[in-house]
This record gives sequence, C-alpha cells and structure tokens, in this order.
Amino acid sequence: MSDHHDHGEFGMYEHDPLHKHPAQPDLEDTPLTHHQIMQMAVADLLIEKGVIEADELREQIEFMDTITPARGAALVARAWVDSDFKYRLVADSKKAGAELDMDIGPTPILVMENTPKVHNLIVCTLCSCYPRFLLGYPPDWYKSRDYRSRAISEPRKVLAEFGMELADSVEVRVHDSTADMRYMVLPMRPDGSEGLSEAALAELVTRDTMVGVTTPKT
Amino acid sequence: MSAQFSVGDPVHVRAAYPPGHVRTPYYCRGKSGVIVRFCGEFRNPEELAYGKYEGPVSPMYRVRFQQNDLWDNYSGSPDDHVEIEIYEHWLEQVI
Repeated sequence: MSDHHDHGEFGMYEHDPLHKHPAQPDLEDTPLTHHQIMQMAVADLLIEKGVIEADELREQIEFMDTITPARGAALVARAWVDSDFKYRLVADSKKAGAELDMDIGPTPILVMENTPKVHNLIVCTLCSCYPRFLLGYPPDWYKSRDYRSRAISEPRKVLAEFGMELADSVEVRVHDSTADMRYMVLPMRPDGSEGLSEAALAELVTRDTMVGVTTPKT
Repeated sequence: MSAQFSVGDPVHVRAAYPPGHVRTPYYCRGKSGVIVRFCGEFRNPEELAYGKYEGPVSPMYRVRFQQNDLWDNYSGSPDDHVEIEIYEHWLEQVI
C-alpha cells in the first residue's frame, strides 16, 4: 500500500463497511392497533362491495395531503383587506371560500373572529376534530390528552405556555369541536402590517394563529 | 322536527350517563348555559354510530357556558366562556 492511499485497514471508510447498524423498523414491524385494523377492514369492504374504488380512496388521501394552512391564511388575509368579505366569511365560510375558488369541504367550518375584547381558542376534547380542509392535518399537540383536557379547563395557562399572556379584560372563549361543526380562528391583523400586500399578509397567518394559541406578528 | 329552542334561551344539559357514542362532554352535563346559535338539523351520532341511518334528524345548537359554572376554582377571568355543540335531546328548558 503506497503512502498516498494509506487510509487504514478499511480504505476510505472509518469503520468496517460491513458493520451493521440497527435496522430502521419497517412500518409493519409496529403492531397494528385495533382501530388501524378496523380502518383497513372497512376500506377493503367498501372497495370489495363497489361503494368506492381504490383509486378514489387514493385520490382523496392524496388531496388531503396537499392541504396546508396556506388555505386558511388566504381567507384571513382577504378578510383583513376587505371588510365585506370578512363579514361574509364569518357568516358562511363555504360561500366565502367559493369566492376564492376554495372548497372548504363537506363539514361546516365556523370562523370565529378575534377582537380586542374576545380571544378564541379551538379544541376538540372528545377526539381531534380539526378544520382539515383549511389547515391540513392537526399538529400532534392538538391531539394530545394534555392539550385536550387543559385547553378547556385552564386555557389561560395553556396560552401562557404557548407564549401568550392575555389581560383579564380580554374574554377567552374556547370552542369545543364536539360534533358536526369545525372551527377556525380569524386572528386580528397585527399593528405594523398597514403597508403589506394581501400575499404578504397571508405569510403572517400561521397555523397556530388560526387555532388560537398565538397571534400573528409582523 | 322543529327546533324547540331559540338563540338567547337559557338551557340545562341533562345529567345523563348513557353508554355508547355520546358527543356531549361530561364536563357540561348537569350544567346550565345559553343558546348562541342554531346549527341546523343532523342525524343523532348516538344512533349513527350503530348503523341507524334512517328516521328524523335532530336540531343541534351551540351552547355558551360560563367557565366558572363548569369548573371549581376556575383560574381565569369571570368573563371567560366555553361554547359547545349540543343536540336537542340533551337539552332541557330552564323554568
């Protein structure tokens, strides 16, 4: 072995190239839960009985995966620059969404407007209902037992943990998403955003501002 | 089925504990609130969950509760509220 190629016993490898790392488990290595098995069985039955086609199911999953909070943010930004639109959004978000060529899905979404006197917060204490057609999939903390139990019973402490202190003069209004409605918060337009375009305003509207655990910042 | 309650009506949530797929959270059962919105008529989830897709739909409302009425030693402001969707068969008139 010449001096120029002296990389030790295993050449350029620092370690034995045959050295085995623990394998990353495949999905199937985690035991299925009861509800995962039920979900797979129901999907199989719906397809076998011809109620839906496998491609329709795949397409719907693919569509849901494309949804991000940018959809909700576009509605909020429009509401900030057009007070008539804000009125229509709060009155009927499905019709207002259609104005922006946005389908907000089969479940009604009620838009709850924050004001200097009322701060809205969304939770689903029973499971994890969430305005998925506007915000995409919920974050893990939204589904946690900790958030679900405490957002309803001590919302101000939860908000403080998210970095938000509210004066006692501001009412905290928690919406428990228990049944056939979904909820989205319409946050207040932040000070200092006066000169921004609608597109730039939408950038300020994050997922968490529309769940109500924080407010938009410039 | 016409709606029994109107916006502004005070209502009482039944203190009932039936088994099954009940969407009325425990913490509001037996408590009083005020109707703030009529949401429309929907199938009863307690029947839907067991495959009953026929029959009448039920009016459903949003009911506002004072936090101080729901929790002992609520730590926030007395003006804080919770709003919950509740089906009509869970609500009683406050006399």
